[in-house]
Amino acid sequence: MLTLKQSRRLQSVVLGALAWTVALILFFPIFWMILTSFKTEIDAFATPPQLIFHPTLENYLHIQERSDYFHFAWNSVAIAFGSTIIGMLLAVPAAYSMAFHETRLTKQTLLWMLSTKMLPAVGVLMPIYLMTKSLGLLDTKLSLIIIYTLINLPIMVWMVYTYFKDIPKDILEAARLDGATTVQEIVRVLLPISKGGLASTVLLSLILCWNEAFWSLNLTSSSAAPLTALIASYSSPEGLFWAKLSAVSTLACAPILIFGWISQKQLVRGLSFGAVK
Amino acid sequence: MSTTTLKSPVSAQAQPRKHTAHKRRTSPGWFLVSPSVMLLLLWMIVPLGMTIYFSLIRYNLLYPGENDFVGLENFEYFVTDTGFTPGMTNTLLLVGSVLLISVVLGVLISALLEATNFWGRGIVRVLLISPFFIMPTVSALIWKNLIFHPVSGILAAVWKFFGAQPVDWLAHFPLLSIILIVSWQWLPFAILILMTAMQSLDQEQKEAARLDGAGPLAIFWHLTLPHLARPIAVVVMIETIFLLSVFAEIFTTTSGGPGFASTNLAYLIYNQALLQFDVGMASAGGLIAVVIANIAAIILVRMIGKNLTQQQ
Repeated sequence: MLTLKQSRRLQSVVLGALAWTVALILFFPIFWMILTSFKTEIDAFATPPQLIFHPTLENYLHIQERSDYFHFAWNSVAIAFGSTIIGMLLAVPAAYSMAFHETRLTKQTLLWMLSTKMLPAVGVLMPIYLMTKSLGLLDTKLSLIIIYTLINLPIMVWMVYTYFKDIPKDILEAARLDGATTVQEIVRVLLPISKGGLASTVLLSLILCWNEAFWSLNLTSSSAAPLTALIASYSSPEGLFWAKLSAVSTLACAPILIFGWISQKQLVRGLSFGAVK
Repeated sequence: MSTTTLKSPVSAQAQPRKHTAHKRRTSPGWFLVSPSVMLLLLWMIVPLGMTIYFSLIRYNLLYPGENDFVGLENFEYFVTDTGFTPGMTNTLLLVGSVLLISVVLGVLISALLEATNFWGRGIVRVLLISPFFIMPTVSALIWKNLIFHPVSGILAAVWKFFGAQPVDWLAHFPLLSIILIVSWQWLPFAILILMTAMQSLDQEQKEAARLDGAGPLAIFWHLTLPHLARPIAVVVMIETIFLLSVFAEIFTTTSGGPGFASTNLAYLIYNQALLQFDVGMASAGGLIAVVIANIAAIILVRMIGKNLTQQQ
């Protein structure tokens, strides 16, 4: 007969083992991708799949000449940061005014912003495509920066809003009584207090922009194509390309994976529009 | 009815505050919100207006200049197109199955993680949520080439190990394969949200229930699940928005085929628009997608919109 303590420990070991199994299964494709990126093409295609092999850095060393990686990576970086900066410049003032100068329309405005996310991208594919084309913005970074800003703006406003809501009004009130202008109030008082929340908003926006793959595939071809589009070009392969694909994919996903790990808890707030904290 | 109950506490609170703000100086409120509101308004109205207009005229980029008003002809053509029925069915199957998989498994897995403290729980959590951060084109191609491939894929090796004939997943079970890929991406999202929600569950309440003799299953059923109602609704709503527009996963793996076996509404519209250049018909299809998304949205916002604002 087990004592209570023993049975609790046994339970913890069994459930722990189960959790590890599930986690390893879900993570397996990523693990396998990273592993394959260090194989030669021959090893990568071998049957049965090989766990033990001579690792090689060849796929990474030749990544630039084979696929012009940095061109696409730069596009991803420029688009993600461009859109995030513009998005924050729009979202912070909006969230500030809704959190601290609430009016009768604030709730409705917030819910309406959320509802703009209900417009499926395919619903406006044609007009956006034709507008971008007639403005000469097809295959430019600018078009994606504008579109990503608009797609992510509701999420950013909501996320910043929920962080601002947590800040006691008295602090701002005090600054105001000391004669601070609205701009000073935001820059000197609000931003320093909420920098953690703002940082997670920035991270979420970067993640969403980096991984977006509807507009990037439809509106870019080469000069403004980000990494999502580079990877998609591997869908029509020539010869053995598993290891190459894995190396490019690993490089493309690594920064975002790390961002995600760092900010997992804070992301929940933005992704759930503040409903789960 | 829900809106009236909502409004009263809000305006009661807002009124006095607004007055004091006005005394000191005019509220900066609308000046600061308006850029975001204006941009989002433009983003909604202009393209949507154009889609509606395009859907009512004959507009094919291959035959420029023939832009007559044709009424609902585009809708008729789109709905009677051979791709329409499979496209709709596949969209519903895809959204429905991925939602079911991610919610059911998401609840179970996050409950498993919260049930006890075990070695390496932090690492397990990181491993579980990782797929969500992988870009859609990468997930699709990794699954296609490293997992599903009938010769060198992992599943082929597993099948052979058990003496079975390897399956060409994307050719023979295209929709199931897409569902698996998309679920792999979105299950971690559900886990992430539900796990965080579970952590906010009152531990004392749980302890009290345990002392009263409630078993783990009873606690899960009567305490944890009701607590998860809102996070689950959030997961369903947000996933629905994204799942209705699943595109990259199909584009890079099956191209909607074989035939229309893995074509969803988004891919069908893309096909009409950028491959057949029929702007009118694509716009009609786009509007149908908008209507479906809005039906789903109205139902879901009714369910959780109230929760979202009440809690603030």
